[in-house]
Amino acid sequence: MTMTSEPATAPVVQAPAGAQRVFAAGAAADHEAHLRAFGPLPKRDPGALLDQLEASGLTGRGGAGFPAWRKLAATGEAAAQRRRRGAPILIANGSEGEPLSWKDEVLLQNAPHLVIDGMLTAARTLGARNVLLYAGSGSLAAVERAIGERADARGIEVVEAEDGFIAGEASSVVNAIENDDPRPMDRTVRLAESGLRGRPTLVHNVETMAHLGLIARFGGAWFRSVGAPEDLGTRLITVSGDIPRTGVFEVATDATLASVLQAAGLQQGSAAAALIGGYHGAWVPAVSFGTPLTPSGLEPFGAQPGAGIVHVLSDQRCGLRATADIVEYLAGQTARQCGPCMFGLPTLATRFTALARGQDAEQSAAELRRISGLIVGRGACHHPDGTVRLIRSALDVFARDVRAHAHGRCTRRP
Amino acid sequence: MSGSTGTHALHIDWTRCDGRGLCTEILERALTRDDWGYPVATRGLPERRTDAPLREDELDDAEEAVRLCPLAALRVTRVAAPTAPRAGRRVR
Repeated sequence: MTMTSEPATAPVVQAPAGAQRVFAAGAAADHEAHLRAFGPLPKRDPGALLDQLEASGLTGRGGAGFPAWRKLAATGEAAAQRRRRGAPILIANGSEGEPLSWKDEVLLQNAPHLVIDGMLTAARTLGARNVLLYAGSGSLAAVERAIGERADARGIEVVEAEDGFIAGEASSVVNAIENDDPRPMDRTVRLAESGLRGRPTLVHNVETMAHLGLIARFGGAWFRSVGAPEDLGTRLITVSGDIPRTGVFEVATDATLASVLQAAGLQQGSAAAALIGGYHGAWVPAVSFGTPLTPSGLEPFGAQPGAGIVHVLSDQRCGLRATADIVEYLAGQTARQCGPCMFGLPTLATRFTALARGQDAEQSAAELRRISGLIVGRGACHHPDGTVRLIRSALDVFARDVRAHAHGRCTRRP
Repeated sequence: MSGSTGTHALHIDWTRCDGRGLCTEILERALTRDDWGYPVATRGLPERRTDAPLREDELDDAEEAVRLCPLAALRVTRVAAPTAPRAGRRVR
């Protein structure tokens, strides 16, 4: 289940079996190890690739979970309809502004060639002339080394990602590359129609690209041979928090939260809850750890598989305190562009911190609900919406703690 | 979407809006103000309030609000007919 699985040694290249796929070439795989494990990248014609991608059921691995083929097809259609806007642009997004996620960095450091394969495949399918890889500073060396190892990747332009929580949002990425301004943009048309330099732009997460690199070889039917029917294949998960073995795991999409936590060495009964989806995510209480990490399994908690983030809260720690720290962080990450976010988030942070400290707990909880309802859906990006999702989830899952704090106690301290 | 035509909306560019409030005076049924003076759509799904639904008889007022906004933060947009609106952003 860990990323360091044994490299395939068979002389004939076979598709990876089971749920260990993207790291099948081993740790820090160079081009030779990559080809040994996966074989050469076939050049499928665009229509055939789109068919395979649709058949695969692959969804985006950056957080929103949109079907990967639909975004690719939409960008291709927009480009065909608006030829004078110029050739489409492809951007692989590896910026990962979320502090609780480092799966994209681990992926780029260990399997950069698979990401490159996916990018080249998507670019050919799209007819993209410009192909960019937007990557964090920790991945740059591995990415540059990989590109230098193969002639077909020379056209890929590597751009260093800006720091910051919202710098990974798709319009932030376009704004950063075009205007050196890593803030989200107001949008009335999709990036697929008018993105970077007004051209049809496809932004896909780097993990999505890696799966695409495998689908190009082994096909859609192979991809869907594991995972949940509603969201197929495997995904990378970053496990962190109060747990013995933090790190990046590749799991089938129907894996339960409990199985992931067990693989990471969690002692039964030692956790109070887990945050799923990161700082814009939602809490799942320990009693529900049997839930699969699928869209329908997580829906009752207001969570989504998202970018595959699992953060464990021990039963010694207060969920309200932990949430307050995150809300304070998120308030500090507002781009200060949109009023409801610029003023709303600090107000939410102040209120949540008061609640965590047991000051005006009841009024604070009521105000948190009211202000959450006020700011949701009112920004250029989803930073307010994600913050509200976390707050509402915490108030629900830690409702007992809210009542205890209102009476000057905390359930997590003796 | 109840009560609106579902064909036009007032798009608010939050990166420009400064909460001066002229639009909320002109379109007093479609918009109200939040704690900090920024416009809030009174109709439509909460998560879609960047595009405030407009009624047919509010279009002239909306055009005036667009013209008068000192920050040029408003625009009247056509919204696709409301095909089975869903509560979430989930695609399945």
